[in-house]
Amino acid sequence: MATAPGPFPPGDHDVVVIGSGPGGLQTSYALRQLGVAHAVLSADTEPGGMFRRYPIFQRLVTWTKIHAPVERGTRAYERYDWNSLIGDEPAHRALVPEGMDGTSYFPARAEMEAGLVAFAERAAIEVRYDCRWESTRHEDDRFVLTTSDGEYRCKVLVVAVGMNEPWVPTMEGIELAAHYAQTSRPKEYAGKRVFLLGKQNSGFELADGLLPWAKQLILASPRPARISVLTHSTAAARARYLQPYEDHVLGGGCFVLDAAPEKIEKTATGYRVHAKGTTRPGDLVFEVDEVIAATGFRTPLVDLPELGVATFYSGRLPAQTPFWESPSVPGIYFAGSVTQGAIGLKKYGIPSNSAAVHGFRYNARVLARHIAEHHFGVPPMREPIAPSDAVGQLLEAATNAPELWNQQSYLARVIEADGSGGAVDVGIVPLSHFVDSDGADAIAVTLETDATGDIHPAVYVRRGDAVGEHLLPGDTLLRFDTGEHRAQLTSVLHGLFEKELP
Amino acid sequence: MERGDIVETLASFALFADLSRPELEAVAHMFEEEFVPVGKRVVRQGFGGTGFYVIVEGEASVVVDGTERAKIGRGDFFGEISILLDEPPTADVIALTALRCVVLPRAALASWLIHTPTVSYRLLQAMARRLRNATAWRN
Repeated sequence: MATAPGPFPPGDHDVVVIGSGPGGLQTSYALRQLGVAHAVLSADTEPGGMFRRYPIFQRLVTWTKIHAPVERGTRAYERYDWNSLIGDEPAHRALVPEGMDGTSYFPARAEMEAGLVAFAERAAIEVRYDCRWESTRHEDDRFVLTTSDGEYRCKVLVVAVGMNEPWVPTMEGIELAAHYAQTSRPKEYAGKRVFLLGKQNSGFELADGLLPWAKQLILASPRPARISVLTHSTAAARARYLQPYEDHVLGGGCFVLDAAPEKIEKTATGYRVHAKGTTRPGDLVFEVDEVIAATGFRTPLVDLPELGVATFYSGRLPAQTPFWESPSVPGIYFAGSVTQGAIGLKKYGIPSNSAAVHGFRYNARVLARHIAEHHFGVPPMREPIAPSDAVGQLLEAATNAPELWNQQSYLARVIEADGSGGAVDVGIVPLSHFVDSDGADAIAVTLETDATGDIHPAVYVRRGDAVGEHLLPGDTLLRFDTGEHRAQLTSVLHGLFEKELP
Repeated sequence: MERGDIVETLASFALFADLSRPELEAVAHMFEEEFVPVGKRVVRQGFGGTGFYVIVEGEASVVVDGTERAKIGRGDFFGEISILLDEPPTADVIALTALRCVVLPRAALASWLIHTPTVSYRLLQAMARRLRNATAWRN
């Protein structure tokens, strides 16, 4: 069979990355910076991943602040630009705001897609497009991937395929519902009664978009809606989609109900949905014109579960170690939004932002370094620093480091004792790895938001076998380099880097 | 495990034995599922902000100051003492096998117990059993 033209022909490769969405692009970029040869394959024809299709209502829920308190293109700016991929060179940074027209705090889907295309072009990320991954097997110490272009053999597989395959729960008549992904143009819903299964972001996004069109909107799922400003988390209905909720609270034409939908039936003119109330018990029946399942997505893992890759969350996500590796099939890693399956500490119930670009772009950098060190002999990053600088550097990180702000209680900056009275900067590490593994005496700093909504630095110190937690104070203006912070951290660090006596 | 299977599994646990089907559906949606690889800690002694966990599948070790104090498994729960007393956990819980848990964030536990008295009663029973076992030396 003749090999189709394009980069990365079938054959042997050290690493194969699957996916050309933001997760695949960021991983490829980071691997290249470390000199790890790899092939990138994608079933799509262009970069962009899910942003080539979603969100349905065309504007993202993640912000990019064009006029930010810090200069665009700096590391500190990344905290205000949740959508651009991250680059080591200025020309590769902050590409999403470049293409935004300035009329919204949130990029349009097309602006996001253009930002990703620009990143792939300027950073010259090569991808073999139109190459569909079809099956996987293990042969000796290699994974063999069958694709539409032929067979690829690799030592390390990185799956960055997104969580983008429509998922619906088991329920009588569920096949009568359209999935979120099949939502029609808004005006098709003009004057109709629409039942939405699901009260997460996708449900509220549709409700918000259909509010001016639909005659009546009913959102239902068993548990009460969670609202981001109350849960201090992006994994809840976001502020920008709350108009339908306000309609509900003020008695407008929208219902946001806690009810377990049980059955959907076809009627002469539309659909009948049966549900049972949860917060307020009782049988509910709705006569509607349209039913949409805003019930989320799953990861298209092809045949990886048969290869032994453990999954959870109704099979929608692969289980992962703190370094995003399958615990049941070592050598298979995950990147992009799939990394939300590595839960981390989830303090106060707040998950990481690994489901979104502003979280997983940092995971990709840590993942690439982990792969480089553990599979390809790249020496670990160990920048010597003066112990007297440790406090200042850790507090600077707590105040400005975008990894810590965007991945609270998930990624941490680590400084380790070198055993001879000095200190080394180990860089950014998954917090759950730091607190659960042995190693030299060391300190990790991250940020956390507690139950009251207070954001403050959290410091973890490993001395011998034990790791202790120390919380530093919050600050009204989120400055964590005050005299009080300095004094407390100095006390926590006391003696950590002193040379051990023989 | 499918969502429906989670509901069935939760229904088989003593803690949820008195809940109706819609209440169980709500519980299955309210709790979030976590997978913990073997050897990893689920909660950590002395670390704040942890949740209330129920083991759905697998076995875990309860370790205090490095010493194993108990083994727990399917249907057992942990994390409630830390939440009820608003103190960090007094033990590590470590996965002895790959562990599937469902977890409720700490902020949600109090209102859930107040609104679901049958679960509170079952929880009290389990805690009474633990207290009895802990004080058995007096007899």
